[in-house]
Amino acid sequence: MIRLSHIKKSFKVARREGGFKNALGSFFSRSYDKVDALADISFEISDGETVGYIGPNGAGKSSTIKVMSGILTPDSGECVINGRVPWKERREHVAELGVVFGQRSALWWDVPVIDSFELLRDIYSVDPTEYKRNLDRLCELLNLSEILTTPVRMLSLGQRMRCEIAAALIHSPKLLFLDEPTIGLDAASKLAVRSFVLDLNRERGTTVILTTHDMQDIEAITNRIILIGKGHILLDGQLDALRQRFEGRRRLIAEFGGELDFSLPEGTTLCEIKRSGGTARAVFEFDGSASKLISCLSERVELYDVTVESTPIDEVVLNMYREYEV
Amino acid sequence: MKKATDKSENSLASLITDTPVKTNNRKSRVSKYLSFFKIRFSAGLQYRAAAIAGVVTQFFWGLMEIRMFMAFYRSDPSAIPMEWDSLVSYIWLQQALLAMFMLWFFDGSIFDEISNGGVALELCRPCDIYSMWFVKNCAVRLSKTLLRCIPMFIITFFLPDGYRMSLPVDAARFALFFVSLWLGFIVVIAISMPVYISAFYTLSPMGVRLMVSTIGEFCSGAIVPLPFLPDGVQRILNLLPFASMQSTPFLIWGGSLDLYGSLYAIALQLFWAAALIILGRLWMRAALKRVVLLGG
Repeated sequence: MIRLSHIKKSFKVARREGGFKNALGSFFSRSYDKVDALADISFEISDGETVGYIGPNGAGKSSTIKVMSGILTPDSGECVINGRVPWKERREHVAELGVVFGQRSALWWDVPVIDSFELLRDIYSVDPTEYKRNLDRLCELLNLSEILTTPVRMLSLGQRMRCEIAAALIHSPKLLFLDEPTIGLDAASKLAVRSFVLDLNRERGTTVILTTHDMQDIEAITNRIILIGKGHILLDGQLDALRQRFEGRRRLIAEFGGELDFSLPEGTTLCEIKRSGGTARAVFEFDGSASKLISCLSERVELYDVTVESTPIDEVVLNMYREYEV
Repeated sequence: MKKATDKSENSLASLITDTPVKTNNRKSRVSKYLSFFKIRFSAGLQYRAAAIAGVVTQFFWGLMEIRMFMAFYRSDPSAIPMEWDSLVSYIWLQQALLAMFMLWFFDGSIFDEISNGGVALELCRPCDIYSMWFVKNCAVRLSKTLLRCIPMFIITFFLPDGYRMSLPVDAARFALFFVSLWLGFIVVIAISMPVYISAFYTLSPMGVRLMVSTIGEFCSGAIVPLPFLPDGVQRILNLLPFASMQSTPFLIWGGSLDLYGSLYAIALQLFWAAALIILGRLWMRAALKRVVLLGG
């Protein structure tokens, strides 16, 4: 159970115009701007939820994650996670927490991966049988067996990321914070990571909070979305509901023989049409249900193939950003 | 330990040992720092070439230093306030155990972590970060020392008269030396911890580093053994934490400190070790409260 209420955090940021004169001037007096990284953040997340925490660059995502990890102490507001205030009982709190910061490495760069894992086992005091079970499973799913004995500095980015994810899960955390967890991964590894996280959530009820710019990750893993912009929570809801609301118009692609010499159902527009020989390929945008359009087409022309596309998740999110002007 | 109250966090003892609020599993608490020590220590043993270069440098440095003092000694034996043999032992101990006591050495990876924000991940682990860094410093220094001191000791015990390293005067001195050696080592690390912490505030800790290492090297007897300094200066320096580093154990070994003096110096070492650790922990706690993590 995670509860944040009215969390505020501002940073003092030094400002200076470019150029030598200003650099010299700043030696004597500096100007600072107060930046509200988190203006007023409140939300609740129940156990076992999978939440995508999204927002454009600089919206306050990482700051929120840091507050919830106990690294950052907010200026005001309350945050209680499983009955603890993270920054006050940091060590007890993080013992139940797994984090992956895609940009940083949790492994020790000059020792083999397996040494790092064993050290993490001792740090989190993981029971040996549980460690063995987790390690075997992680190795199999993330395909780590061959790289376990390699020093971390010799790994490729994708290999390292797979190890990072394993490192975050070796102590079976109750709570998982993923910050850009699939950055630099190839398609197979991405899918493996996604399904692994999903399984973890299903089997153990691990609460997952995911921040990423990869909307496919969000779509695959999370069922709830919290949108943050300029330090405020803008939107909080189930992914499906938000999807419907921000979906925009759906597209239908039809291949057929014959002429489009009739009026289309209301709310349908023809975007493009291409002909090759006797076959035409047309792209329509439509509102509401696809069945009306399909039945209309099938009455008048000879339909060969129909594809209905829902709006890509990236576009859905872009629509959200647009609507909230973030 | 079971009855440790929740508020024990602020007691002095808990500041030194970092006694946890809930002591349910004391063993595993120690073992995580131990395995961290092991991994850093064994990583440090990889650097063989550096160790060989170190042994050669330190050996010739020691020889030159002995030659220099010998020149003084020949012109006026009363100018040397120590026994010749204990001075030679002092120099060889200093060279062999350099990696334990050098004040100009800092673990660059800790500074990097602070300035690039990597410390965030370390804070996401159920560890006390002061202890982690302390252990890391111990491990790095000890792995360096182990590789260097064994050949140094072997060589220096077989040098000709006047250059030879001698054994402590008696078994009691040896035991005291041993205790004092580790206390001195702890004081060295405890005094470098605030330098790391200062990086949270200054981002570029070069200035603080330089100050601590220059002042420290002189005041700890790393450049000239403390008995060579004027009496008044000595009296003050002996009270400072710097004298509690290499000077105390090395002087005990050579017999320059009598039994009573050794015990007194060891008590002082204990005091400084405790005081510096407490101060470092308090400062670390304050620093973490206002820490601003950079980048992402």
